[in-house]
Amino acid sequence: MEVQKTALYNYHKNLGAKFVPFAGYEMPIQYKDGIVKEHISTRSHAGFFDVSHMGQFFLEGDETLIESLEKIIPADLKNLKVNHSKYSFLLNNEGGIIDDLIITRTEKGFCIILNAACKENDIKQISQFLKKNHKHLLNNDLSLIALQGPKSVEILEKLIPGVANLKFMTGSNFEYEGENLYVTRSGYTGEDGFEISISNTKVEKLIDYLISNEVKPIGLGARDTLRLEAGLCLYGHDLNEKINPVEANLKWAIAKKRREVGGFNGWEKIKNLLANGSEKIRVGIKPDGKVIARENTKIFSPDNNEIGFVTSGTFGPSVNAPVAMGYVKSEFSEIGTSIQLEVRGKKYGGKISELPFYKKSYVK
Amino acid sequence: MSEKKFSKKHEWVSLDGDMATVGITKHATEMLGDIVFVEVPDAGKAVEKEGQAAVVESTKAASDVYSPISGEITEGNKAIADDPGSVNTDPEGASWFFKLKIKDKSEYDSLMSKDEYDKFCKENPS
Repeated sequence: MEVQKTALYNYHKNLGAKFVPFAGYEMPIQYKDGIVKEHISTRSHAGFFDVSHMGQFFLEGDETLIESLEKIIPADLKNLKVNHSKYSFLLNNEGGIIDDLIITRTEKGFCIILNAACKENDIKQISQFLKKNHKHLLNNDLSLIALQGPKSVEILEKLIPGVANLKFMTGSNFEYEGENLYVTRSGYTGEDGFEISISNTKVEKLIDYLISNEVKPIGLGARDTLRLEAGLCLYGHDLNEKINPVEANLKWAIAKKRREVGGFNGWEKIKNLLANGSEKIRVGIKPDGKVIARENTKIFSPDNNEIGFVTSGTFGPSVNAPVAMGYVKSEFSEIGTSIQLEVRGKKYGGKISELPFYKKSYVK
Repeated sequence: MSEKKFSKKHEWVSLDGDMATVGITKHATEMLGDIVFVEVPDAGKAVEKEGQAAVVESTKAASDVYSPISGEITEGNKAIADDPGSVNTDPEGASWFFKLKIKDKSEYDSLMSKDEYDKFCKENPS
Protein backbone atom coordinates (compact mmCIF):
# COMPACT_ATOMS: atom_id res chain seq x y z
CA MET A 1 0.00 0.00 0.00
CA GLU A 2 1.22 3.45 -0.84
CA VAL A 3 2.18 5.61 2.11
CA GLN A 4 -0.50 8.20 2.78
CA LYS A 5 -0.05 11.80 3.78
CA THR A 6 -2.35 14.22 5.53
CA ALA A 7 -3.30 17.54 3.92
CA LEU A 8 -0.77 19.25 6.21
CA TYR A 9 2.23 17.12 5.16
CA ASN A 10 4.14 19.94 3.45
CA TYR A 11 3.21 22.31 6.23
CA HIS A 12 4.77 19.95 8.77
CA LYS A 13 7.85 19.66 6.59
CA ASN A 14 8.27 23.42 6.60
CA LEU A 15 7.94 23.41 10.38
CA GLY A 16 10.94 21.06 10.60
CA ALA A 17 9.04 17.86 11.35
CA LYS A 18 10.81 14.51 11.59
CA PHE A 19 8.51 11.94 10.01
CA VAL A 20 7.88 8.30 10.84
CA PRO A 21 5.58 5.78 9.21
CA PHE A 22 2.53 5.35 11.41
CA ALA A 23 -0.56 3.31 10.51
CA GLY A 24 0.19 3.67 6.81
CA TYR A 25 0.79 7.43 7.04
CA GLU A 26 3.92 9.57 7.09
CA MET A 27 3.38 11.41 10.38
CA PRO A 28 5.50 13.90 12.37
CA ILE A 29 7.05 12.24 15.42
CA GLN A 30 8.54 15.54 16.58
CA TYR A 31 9.49 19.01 15.39
CA LYS A 32 12.59 21.11 16.04
CA ASP A 33 11.99 21.60 19.78
CA GLY A 34 11.87 17.89 20.57
CA ILE A 35 9.48 15.76 22.58
CA VAL A 36 10.06 17.15 26.08
CA LYS A 37 9.67 20.80 25.08
CA GLU A 38 6.61 19.98 23.00
CA HIS A 39 5.12 18.13 25.95
CA ILE A 40 5.80 20.97 28.40
CA SER A 41 4.50 23.69 26.07
CA THR A 42 1.23 21.78 25.64
CA ARG A 43 0.78 21.63 29.41
CA SER A 44 1.82 25.25 30.03
CA HIS A 45 0.37 27.04 26.97
CA ALA A 46 -1.17 25.10 24.07
CA GLY A 47 -0.16 22.77 21.27
CA PHE A 48 -1.79 21.54 18.10
CA PHE A 49 -1.75 18.00 16.77
CA ASP A 50 -2.56 16.89 13.24
CA VAL A 51 -4.66 13.79 13.82
CA SER A 52 -6.14 13.72 10.32
CA HIS A 53 -4.96 10.14 9.89
CA MET A 54 -7.76 9.11 12.23
CA GLY A 55 -11.02 8.05 10.61
CA GLN A 56 -13.96 10.44 10.65
CA PHE A 57 -16.80 8.03 10.00
CA PHE A 58 -20.28 9.46 9.50
CA LEU A 59 -23.46 7.42 9.73
CA GLU A 60 -27.00 8.44 8.86
CA GLY A 61 -30.27 6.57 9.26
CA ASP A 62 -33.57 6.18 11.07
CA GLU A 63 -33.93 4.83 14.63
CA THR A 64 -32.90 1.36 13.43
CA LEU A 65 -29.37 2.76 13.07
CA ILE A 66 -29.15 2.96 16.87
CA GLU A 67 -30.16 -0.69 17.20
CA SER A 68 -27.55 -1.68 14.64
CA LEU A 69 -24.71 0.25 16.26
CA GLU A 70 -25.63 -0.88 19.77
CA LYS A 71 -24.93 -4.46 18.70
CA ILE A 72 -21.22 -3.70 18.46
CA ILE A 73 -20.87 -0.58 20.65
CA PRO A 74 -21.74 -0.88 24.38
CA ALA A 75 -22.66 2.81 24.83
CA ASP A 76 -26.22 3.99 25.53
CA LEU A 77 -26.73 5.51 22.09
CA LYS A 78 -30.50 5.76 22.50
CA ASN A 79 -30.08 8.30 25.26
CA LEU A 80 -27.08 10.08 23.78
CA LYS A 81 -28.15 13.66 23.09
CA VAL A 82 -27.33 15.44 19.84
CA ASN A 83 -23.84 17.01 20.05
CA HIS A 84 -22.84 14.83 23.01
CA SER A 85 -19.93 12.39 22.78
CA LYS A 86 -19.02 9.16 24.54
CA TYR A 87 -15.81 7.16 24.75
CA SER A 88 -16.61 3.58 23.77
CA PHE A 89 -15.45 0.52 21.81
CA LEU A 90 -16.20 -1.85 19.01
CA LEU A 91 -16.43 -5.30 20.61
CA ASN A 92 -16.03 -8.76 19.12
CA ASN A 93 -18.02 -11.86 20.13
CA GLU A 94 -15.63 -12.54 22.97
CA GLY A 95 -15.95 -9.02 24.33
CA GLY A 96 -12.46 -8.18 23.00
CA ILE A 97 -11.81 -4.62 21.90
CA ILE A 98 -11.65 -4.27 18.10
CA ASP A 99 -11.01 -0.54 18.52
CA ASP A 100 -11.63 2.24 21.00
CA LEU A 101 -13.43 5.31 19.74
CA ILE A 102 -15.33 8.51 20.40
CA ILE A 103 -18.91 8.50 19.16
CA THR A 104 -20.87 11.75 18.81
CA ARG A 105 -24.58 12.07 18.07
CA THR A 106 -25.19 14.37 15.10
CA GLU A 107 -28.45 15.83 13.75
CA LYS A 108 -28.74 13.02 11.21
CA GLY A 109 -27.01 10.14 12.97
CA PHE A 110 -23.55 9.66 14.41
CA CYS A 111 -19.92 10.52 13.83
CA ILE A 112 -17.31 8.03 15.06
CA ILE A 113 -13.62 8.87 15.37
CA LEU A 114 -11.61 5.71 14.67
CA ASN A 115 -7.94 4.86 15.11
CA ALA A 116 -6.00 5.18 11.86
CA ALA A 117 -4.55 1.66 11.95
CA CYS A 118 -7.98 0.13 12.60
CA LYS A 119 -10.34 2.24 10.52
CA GLU A 120 -10.65 -0.03 7.45
CA ASN A 121 -11.39 -3.10 9.54
CA ASP A 122 -13.66 -1.10 11.88
CA ILE A 123 -15.86 -0.07 8.99
CA LYS A 124 -16.09 -3.68 7.83
CA GLN A 125 -17.09 -4.76 11.34
CA ILE A 126 -19.67 -2.00 11.74
CA SER A 127 -21.08 -2.58 8.25
CA GLN A 128 -22.10 -6.15 9.18
CA PHE A 129 -24.78 -4.68 11.38
CA LEU A 130 -25.96 -1.87 9.10
CA LYS A 131 -29.18 -1.98 7.09
CA LYS A 132 -29.70 -0.90 3.49
CA ASN A 133 -31.19 2.45 4.48
CA HIS A 134 -28.20 3.34 6.68
CA LYS A 135 -25.79 5.60 4.88
CA HIS A 136 -22.13 5.72 5.85
CA LEU A 137 -19.08 7.66 4.76
CA LEU A 138 -15.45 7.75 5.80
CA ASN A 139 -14.81 11.40 5.04
CA ASN A 140 -11.26 11.88 3.74
CA ASP A 141 -11.95 15.48 2.70
CA LEU A 142 -11.79 16.52 6.32
CA SER A 143 -8.74 17.14 8.48
CA LEU A 144 -8.84 16.69 12.25
CA ILE A 145 -6.84 19.05 14.45
CA ALA A 146 -6.51 18.69 18.20
CA LEU A 147 -5.81 21.91 20.09
CA GLN A 148 -4.76 21.07 23.64
CA GLY A 149 -3.57 22.98 26.68
CA PRO A 150 -4.73 25.63 29.16
CA LYS A 151 -4.67 28.51 26.64
CA SER A 152 -6.68 26.60 24.01
CA VAL A 153 -10.03 28.08 24.95
CA GLU A 154 -8.84 31.69 24.96
CA ILE A 155 -7.08 31.29 21.61
CA LEU A 156 -9.86 29.42 19.79
CA GLU A 157 -12.64 31.61 21.18
CA LYS A 158 -11.04 34.65 19.48
CA LEU A 159 -11.21 32.88 16.12
CA ILE A 160 -14.44 30.93 16.53
CA PRO A 161 -16.70 32.71 19.02
CA GLY A 162 -18.85 30.33 21.04
CA VAL A 163 -16.44 27.45 21.50
CA ALA A 164 -15.82 28.56 25.09
CA ASN A 165 -19.39 27.56 25.91
CA LEU A 166 -18.81 23.92 24.99
CA LYS A 167 -18.65 21.51 27.91
CA PHE A 168 -16.26 18.55 28.03
CA MET A 169 -17.38 15.80 25.63
CA THR A 170 -19.85 17.97 23.74
CA GLY A 171 -19.56 19.57 20.31
CA SER A 172 -21.25 21.96 17.93
CA ASN A 173 -21.20 23.32 14.38
CA PHE A 174 -19.50 26.67 13.83
CA GLU A 175 -18.78 28.83 10.83
CA TYR A 176 -15.23 29.59 9.76
CA GLU A 177 -14.11 31.18 6.46
CA GLY A 178 -17.59 30.70 5.05
CA GLU A 179 -17.55 26.99 5.76
CA ASN A 180 -19.04 24.77 8.39
CA LEU A 181 -16.74 23.15 10.88
CA TYR A 182 -17.40 20.89 13.82
CA VAL A 183 -15.68 21.45 17.14
CA THR A 184 -15.78 19.18 20.20
CA ARG A 185 -14.29 19.86 23.61
CA SER A 186 -12.19 16.77 24.05
CA GLY A 187 -8.69 15.42 23.67
CA TYR A 188 -6.04 12.89 24.49
CA THR A 189 -3.61 14.77 26.71
CA GLY A 190 -5.37 15.30 30.05
CA GLU A 191 -5.59 19.01 29.24
CA ASP A 192 -8.57 21.18 28.38
CA GLY A 193 -8.86 21.48 24.63
CA PHE A 194 -10.72 20.95 21.41
CA GLU A 195 -10.82 18.72 18.39
CA ILE A 196 -11.65 20.55 15.19
CA SER A 197 -13.00 18.82 12.11
CA ILE A 198 -12.25 21.14 9.19
CA SER A 199 -12.05 20.81 5.40
CA ASN A 200 -8.63 20.00 3.93
CA THR A 201 -8.78 23.25 1.98
CA LYS A 202 -9.12 25.47 5.08
CA VAL A 203 -6.91 23.64 7.52
CA GLU A 204 -3.69 25.52 6.69
CA LYS A 205 -5.39 28.81 7.42
CA LEU A 206 -6.47 27.55 10.83
CA ILE A 207 -2.92 26.40 11.61
CA ASP A 208 -1.50 29.78 10.49
CA TYR A 209 -3.74 31.39 13.08
CA LEU A 210 -2.75 28.96 15.85
CA ILE A 211 0.95 29.45 15.16
CA SER A 212 0.52 33.23 15.24
CA ASN A 213 -0.80 32.69 18.78
CA GLU A 214 2.31 30.82 19.91
CA VAL A 215 0.63 27.43 19.65
CA LYS A 216 3.40 24.91 18.96
CA PRO A 217 3.12 21.92 16.63
CA ILE A 218 3.21 18.67 18.60
CA GLY A 219 4.28 15.33 17.13
CA LEU A 220 3.35 11.74 17.91
CA GLY A 221 6.22 11.48 20.42
CA ALA A 222 4.81 14.07 22.81
CA ARG A 223 1.28 12.89 22.06
CA ASP A 224 2.36 9.58 23.55
CA THR A 225 4.00 11.01 26.68
CA LEU A 226 1.01 13.32 27.25
CA ARG A 227 -1.60 10.58 26.92
CA LEU A 228 0.37 8.17 29.08
CA GLU A 229 0.70 10.71 31.90
CA ALA A 230 -3.07 11.21 31.56
CA GLY A 231 -3.56 7.43 31.94
CA LEU A 232 -5.21 7.09 28.52
CA CYS A 233 -4.91 3.90 26.48
CA LEU A 234 -3.25 3.54 23.10
CA TYR A 235 -4.88 0.95 20.88
CA GLY A 236 -2.51 -1.77 19.66
CA HIS A 237 -0.47 -1.40 22.83
CA ASP A 238 -2.69 -1.13 25.93
CA LEU A 239 -5.75 -2.49 24.15
CA ASN A 240 -6.27 -5.19 21.55
CA GLU A 241 -8.78 -7.78 20.37
CA LYS A 242 -7.81 -10.19 23.14
CA ILE A 243 -8.42 -7.68 25.91
CA ASN A 244 -11.93 -6.80 27.10
CA PRO A 245 -13.10 -3.56 28.75
CA VAL A 246 -13.22 -5.11 32.24
CA GLU A 247 -9.58 -6.24 32.04
CA ALA A 248 -8.70 -2.85 30.57
CA ASN A 249 -10.17 -1.19 33.66
CA LEU A 250 -12.56 0.69 31.39
CA LYS A 251 -15.85 -0.74 32.59
CA TRP A 252 -17.00 2.82 33.30
CA ALA A 253 -17.26 3.19 29.52
CA ILE A 254 -19.94 0.48 29.30
CA ALA A 255 -23.28 2.21 29.88
CA LYS A 256 -25.00 1.09 33.09
CA LYS A 257 -28.26 0.30 31.36
CA ARG A 258 -26.49 -1.76 28.73
CA ARG A 259 -24.59 -3.80 31.32
CA GLU A 260 -27.94 -4.99 32.64
CA VAL A 261 -29.86 -5.38 29.39
CA GLY A 262 -26.99 -6.43 27.12
CA GLY A 263 -27.63 -6.99 23.44
CA PHE A 264 -24.06 -6.29 22.32
CA ASN A 265 -21.17 -8.47 21.19
CA GLY A 266 -19.51 -10.31 24.06
CA TRP A 267 -22.12 -9.32 26.63
CA GLU A 268 -22.33 -12.79 28.26
CA LYS A 269 -18.62 -12.79 28.90
CA ILE A 270 -18.51 -9.19 30.07
CA LYS A 271 -21.51 -9.68 32.38
CA ASN A 272 -19.70 -12.58 34.01
CA LEU A 273 -16.48 -10.57 34.39
CA LEU A 274 -18.37 -7.62 35.85
CA ALA A 275 -19.84 -9.90 38.49
CA ASN A 276 -16.72 -11.94 39.30
CA GLY A 277 -13.80 -9.75 38.30
CA SER A 278 -11.14 -10.55 35.74
CA GLU A 279 -7.94 -12.53 36.17
CA LYS A 280 -5.75 -9.65 35.02
CA ILE A 281 -6.32 -5.92 35.00
CA ARG A 282 -4.72 -2.79 33.59
CA VAL A 283 -2.85 -0.69 36.16
CA GLY A 284 -0.54 2.30 36.37
CA ILE A 285 3.07 1.54 37.28
CA LYS A 286 5.81 3.77 38.67
CA PRO A 287 9.37 2.45 38.69
CA ASP A 288 11.13 3.42 41.95
CA GLY A 289 14.21 4.86 40.25
CA LYS A 290 14.91 6.39 36.88
CA VAL A 291 14.75 3.20 34.83
CA ILE A 292 12.17 3.19 32.05
CA ALA A 293 10.00 0.09 31.80
CA ARG A 294 8.96 0.00 28.16
CA GLU A 295 6.37 -2.09 26.35
CA ASN A 296 6.80 -5.87 26.93
CA THR A 297 8.79 -5.42 30.15
CA LYS A 298 7.98 -8.41 32.37
CA ILE A 299 6.49 -7.71 35.79
CA PHE A 300 7.33 -9.88 38.81
CA SER A 301 6.05 -10.11 42.38
CA PRO A 302 8.53 -9.37 45.20
CA ASP A 303 9.03 -13.16 45.51
CA ASN A 304 9.97 -13.41 41.82
CA ASN A 305 6.80 -14.86 40.29
CA GLU A 306 5.91 -13.44 36.91
CA ILE A 307 2.64 -11.55 37.33
CA GLY A 308 2.24 -9.42 34.22
CA PHE A 309 3.72 -7.20 31.52
CA VAL A 310 4.05 -3.55 30.58
CA THR A 311 2.04 -2.29 27.57
CA SER A 312 3.26 1.36 27.50
CA GLY A 313 6.17 2.96 29.25
CA THR A 314 8.13 6.15 28.91
CA PHE A 315 9.58 9.09 30.80
CA GLY A 316 6.83 11.50 31.87
CA PRO A 317 8.18 15.04 31.49
CA SER A 318 5.52 16.65 33.73
CA VAL A 319 5.72 13.92 36.36
CA ASN A 320 9.51 14.17 35.97
CA ALA A 321 9.82 10.40 36.40
CA PRO A 322 9.29 7.26 34.39
CA VAL A 323 5.68 6.10 34.10
CA ALA A 324 4.10 2.96 32.65
CA MET A 325 0.88 1.04 32.22
CA GLY A 326 0.46 -2.69 32.02
CA TYR A 327 -1.51 -5.73 33.03
CA VAL A 328 -1.01 -7.61 36.29
CA LYS A 329 -2.85 -10.47 37.98
CA SER A 330 -5.75 -8.82 39.79
CA GLU A 331 -4.51 -9.74 43.26
CA PHE A 332 -1.48 -7.48 42.64
CA SER A 333 -3.50 -4.52 41.33
CA GLU A 334 -4.00 -2.58 44.55
CA ILE A 335 -2.40 0.88 44.52
CA GLY A 336 0.92 0.87 46.36
CA THR A 337 1.64 -2.84 45.77
CA SER A 338 5.38 -3.46 45.35
CA ILE A 339 6.43 -5.13 42.13
CA GLN A 340 9.64 -5.79 40.18
CA LEU A 341 10.30 -4.80 36.57
CA GLU A 342 12.78 -6.78 34.49
CA VAL A 343 14.73 -4.40 32.29
CA ARG A 344 17.72 -5.68 30.26
CA GLY A 345 17.89 -8.79 32.42
CA LYS A 346 17.99 -6.92 35.74
CA LYS A 347 15.10 -6.50 38.18
CA TYR A 348 14.18 -3.02 39.37
CA GLY A 349 11.61 -2.12 42.05
CA GLY A 350 8.35 -0.37 41.27
CA LYS A 351 4.85 0.24 42.56
CA ILE A 352 1.32 -0.03 41.29
CA SER A 353 0.24 3.58 40.95
CA GLU A 354 -2.94 5.54 40.65
CA LEU A 355 -4.02 6.64 37.16
CA PRO A 356 -3.75 9.27 35.82
CA PHE A 357 -0.17 10.14 36.75
CA TYR A 358 -0.91 13.74 35.93
CA LYS A 359 -4.23 15.33 36.74
CA LYS A 360 -5.99 18.45 35.58
CA SER A 361 -9.68 19.12 35.61
CA TYR A 362 -11.69 19.24 32.43
CA VAL A 363 -14.33 21.94 31.91
CA LYS A 364 -17.62 20.36 32.92
CA MET B 1 45.21 14.58 26.44
CA SER B 2 45.22 13.36 22.84
CA GLU B 3 42.86 14.48 20.12
CA LYS B 4 39.38 12.99 20.10
CA LYS B 5 38.76 10.00 17.85
CA PHE B 6 35.34 8.80 16.69
CA SER B 7 33.55 5.51 15.96
CA LYS B 8 30.92 4.66 13.37
CA LYS B 9 28.53 4.00 16.25
CA HIS B 10 28.84 7.65 17.28
CA GLU B 11 31.08 7.37 20.32
CA TRP B 12 34.12 9.56 20.94
CA VAL B 13 37.36 8.59 22.75
CA SER B 14 40.15 10.71 24.13
CA LEU B 15 43.35 9.21 25.42
CA ASP B 16 45.71 10.17 28.24
CA GLY B 17 48.53 7.60 28.42
CA ASP B 18 46.66 4.29 28.61
CA MET B 19 43.54 5.87 30.15
CA ALA B 20 40.66 6.49 27.73
CA THR B 21 37.51 8.56 28.23
CA VAL B 22 34.45 7.60 26.18
CA GLY B 23 31.22 9.46 25.48
CA ILE B 24 28.60 9.82 22.77
CA THR B 25 28.86 12.49 20.09
CA LYS B 26 26.80 15.63 19.71
CA HIS B 27 25.49 14.14 16.48
CA ALA B 28 24.31 11.06 18.44
CA THR B 29 22.44 13.21 20.96
CA GLU B 30 20.76 15.10 18.13
CA MET B 31 19.55 11.81 16.66
CA LEU B 32 18.40 10.48 20.04
CA GLY B 33 16.50 13.57 21.16
CA ASP B 34 15.82 14.24 24.85
CA ILE B 35 17.85 11.85 26.96
CA VAL B 36 15.96 10.68 30.04
CA PHE B 37 17.91 7.67 31.33
CA VAL B 38 21.54 6.64 31.38
CA GLU B 39 23.17 3.51 32.78
CA VAL B 40 26.96 3.50 33.06
CA PRO B 41 29.23 0.52 33.80
CA ASP B 42 30.82 -0.12 37.19
CA ALA B 43 34.57 0.00 37.73
CA GLY B 44 36.26 -3.35 37.13
CA LYS B 45 34.07 -4.42 34.24
CA ALA B 46 35.95 -5.68 31.18
CA VAL B 47 34.70 -4.41 27.84
CA GLU B 48 35.56 -5.51 24.32
CA LYS B 49 35.93 -3.24 21.31
CA GLU B 50 32.40 -2.68 19.96
CA GLY B 51 30.93 -4.52 22.96
CA GLN B 52 27.94 -3.14 24.85
CA ALA B 53 29.09 -0.96 27.73
CA ALA B 54 26.34 1.49 28.70
CA VAL B 55 22.70 2.32 27.97
CA VAL B 56 21.15 5.60 26.90
CA GLU B 57 17.42 6.17 26.60
CA SER B 58 15.57 9.04 25.03
CA THR B 59 11.85 9.70 25.25
CA LYS B 60 11.61 7.60 22.10
CA ALA B 61 13.71 4.47 22.69
CA ALA B 62 16.56 2.73 24.48
CA SER B 63 19.96 2.39 22.77
CA ASP B 64 23.15 0.61 23.69
CA VAL B 65 26.39 2.51 23.98
CA TYR B 66 29.37 0.50 22.76
CA SER B 67 32.96 0.84 23.79
CA PRO B 68 35.02 1.78 20.72
CA ILE B 69 38.05 0.29 22.42
CA SER B 70 38.84 -2.76 24.65
CA GLY B 71 39.87 -2.44 28.26
CA GLU B 72 38.83 -2.42 31.90
CA ILE B 73 36.40 0.20 33.19
CA THR B 74 37.89 2.40 35.88
CA GLU B 75 34.93 4.73 36.36
CA GLY B 76 31.38 5.28 35.15
CA ASN B 77 30.11 8.87 35.20
CA LYS B 78 27.51 8.83 37.99
CA ALA B 79 26.70 12.50 37.36
CA ILE B 80 25.01 11.71 34.04
CA ALA B 81 23.06 8.82 35.59
CA ASP B 82 21.69 11.32 38.13
CA ASP B 83 21.04 14.00 35.49
CA PRO B 84 20.54 12.30 32.11
CA GLY B 85 19.49 15.59 30.46
CA SER B 86 23.05 16.88 30.89
CA VAL B 87 24.14 14.53 28.08
CA ASN B 88 22.12 16.69 25.66
CA THR B 89 23.85 19.87 26.79
CA ASP B 90 27.50 18.80 27.01
CA PRO B 91 27.94 15.38 25.34
CA GLU B 92 31.56 15.87 24.33
CA GLY B 93 32.67 17.52 27.58
CA ALA B 94 31.47 17.01 31.17
CA SER B 95 28.94 14.37 30.15
CA TRP B 96 31.38 11.60 29.26
CA PHE B 97 30.09 8.05 29.92
CA PHE B 98 33.01 6.02 31.26
CA LYS B 99 36.79 5.85 31.61
CA LEU B 100 38.80 2.72 30.94
CA LYS B 101 42.33 1.41 30.98
CA ILE B 102 43.06 0.31 27.44
CA LYS B 103 44.95 -2.78 26.25
CA ASP B 104 45.82 -1.93 22.67
CA LYS B 105 46.51 1.58 21.44
CA SER B 106 46.18 0.48 17.80
CA GLU B 107 42.40 0.21 18.38
CA TYR B 108 42.43 3.91 19.16
CA ASP B 109 44.60 4.75 16.16
CA SER B 110 42.21 2.98 13.79
CA LEU B 111 39.23 5.20 14.78
CA MET B 112 38.14 8.20 12.72
CA SER B 113 39.49 11.72 13.08
CA LYS B 114 37.06 14.63 13.60
CA ASP B 115 37.08 15.43 9.87
CA GLU B 116 36.57 11.80 8.89
CA TYR B 117 33.71 11.47 11.37
CA ASP B 118 31.97 14.63 10.15
CA LYS B 119 32.21 13.31 6.61
CA PHE B 120 30.89 9.92 7.75
CA CYS B 121 27.84 11.58 9.36
CA LYS B 122 27.12 13.56 6.21
CA GLU B 123 27.30 10.45 4.07
CA ASN B 124 25.19 8.38 6.47
CA PRO B 125 22.29 10.58 7.54
CA SER B 126 19.60 8.87 9.57
